[in-house]
Amino acid sequence: MTTPLAIDCQHLTHRYGHFTAVDDFSLQVRCGETVGLLGPNGAGKTTVVRVLTTLTPVQRGEVYVFGLDSRRHTMDIRHNIGYVPQQLSIESALTGRQNVELFARLYDVPRGQRSDRVDEALRAMQLLGVADGLAGTYSGGMVRRLELAQALVNRPSLLILDEPTVGLDPIARDSVWTQVGRMQDDFGMTVLLTTHYMQEADALCDRVALMHHGQLQAVGSPAELKQTVSPDATLEDVFRHYAGSDLAEDNSQTGLRAVRSSRRTARRVG
Amino acid sequence: MSVEPKADVEIVRAPRGWRRIRGMAMWMGAFAVVELQKLRHDRTELLTRLVQPALWLLIFGQTFSRLHVIDTGHVPYLAFLAPGIIAQSALFISIFYGIQIIWDRDAGILAKLMVTPAPASALITGKAFAAGVRSVVQVIGVVALAYLLGVHMTVNPLRILGAMGVVVLGAAFFACLSMTLAGLVRNRDRLMGIGQAITMPLFFASNALYPVDVMPRWLRWLSAVNPLSYEVNALRGLLIGSPTNGILDITVLVLAAVAGIAMASALLRRLVR
Repeated sequence: MTTPLAIDCQHLTHRYGHFTAVDDFSLQVRCGETVGLLGPNGAGKTTVVRVLTTLTPVQRGEVYVFGLDSRRHTMDIRHNIGYVPQQLSIESALTGRQNVELFARLYDVPRGQRSDRVDEALRAMQLLGVADGLAGTYSGGMVRRLELAQALVNRPSLLILDEPTVGLDPIARDSVWTQVGRMQDDFGMTVLLTTHYMQEADALCDRVALMHHGQLQAVGSPAELKQTVSPDATLEDVFRHYAGSDLAEDNSQTGLRAVRSSRRTARRVG
Repeated sequence: MSVEPKADVEIVRAPRGWRRIRGMAMWMGAFAVVELQKLRHDRTELLTRLVQPALWLLIFGQTFSRLHVIDTGHVPYLAFLAPGIIAQSALFISIFYGIQIIWDRDAGILAKLMVTPAPASALITGKAFAAGVRSVVQVIGVVALAYLLGVHMTVNPLRILGAMGVVVLGAAFFACLSMTLAGLVRNRDRLMGIGQAITMPLFFASNALYPVDVMPRWLRWLSAVNPLSYEVNALRGLLIGSPTNGILDITVLVLAAVAGIAMASALLRRLVR
């Protein structure tokens, strides 16, 4: 039996009015891979993430998640993914445990296993000791780890992370990635992440997909991509090579909302 | 590509048939539990919300009782007013739920919830339930205060429970109306303006402060299509024993709540797009 691809995105095109956010984008991700989606603000990464999470319907093209058609099997797809959005999105008026319990219920984790699975997710994110404190009192790094615990409580086959370390200090960032790596080892998840930190992408991703102007510019392992630019290039050089000269123009036209969102998150992180 | 494909990915399927109905009940329950947990962590909100109805009864109610300008038949004006104030408090609590859901959208919470298998209607029902629970506390507070003011209201626990049920239905409708408007305007400031613009007309075009008989004809028509009037009627029937068509009142409130949930659910996805 052939194992379906975790993500099979074919000729995806998405428009907001007259603006084409994603233009004929195709990407295949195999089960167990960690793939980074990189690109400047306004490149179309978040729209791709929103389509893959079924938050935004497919306008044109085909999207399959584990072989399930995104148009016809929306609910099936949702049962198999975990999602951490860019913004810090926890219920601060609930405890850490209650935040994770909510997601265990929403993902229909069987009642008999629920308590153990919540503890497991909290323990994996090293939050078990503070689980009964109000989430509003957590630091930025702890909030991110709590969000990961929420996303992992159903043991998803695909974890989608939209700039999960924005606004975090280097120690908190390392901690988040260590926990993600551990969960990936334990459960063999496929991970799709977007990030602006090239070092992170270089260290964590099996492959990297570079987007610019809504189009896929390049895809390959970090080493392969670096080779295409120069023998001693960094991933940042690759990023500049493909997205390079008109970055300032992009940010002013389409990135305002993203920048505001990042700033808001950074403020909440403190 | 450096990674070997995995062959042991176990695909979970969404529940179908009766299991979906069971799932729906579970999702609604999950959202309702969360709202109760939030209230448990901050009970001051419940107490501060009692201030406004208390002021209406103490200041407006007592003053208008002395003026004798509103003919309420054999019923003392304070007794007539108290159920209206309960309904009004529930309206004021619920009508701003749309702002809360826009806040959830801006904070990213809504997007994260919409990616889970729980349908929009479960989330909306949970929010509507929360508006009801917050409003139910007003029933207890206003009935207790009315007793202190010498107003004779029912002490029958079943009738008080019935009144709480009526308030939950009314609050659910107005919370859904607010979330429907949120789905249409999608902007917090705009919704704030609309909320303020519709709250007073809804209140004054009802029988909360005065009987329908004293209204001009055009206002009677508005009152007849205003769910708040049916809520007040049902509360008066249960709390002070006024003659009312209880079946009609409850039917209108149930239909309004169901229609409200359907409308708000249909527009919720628009809010996150």
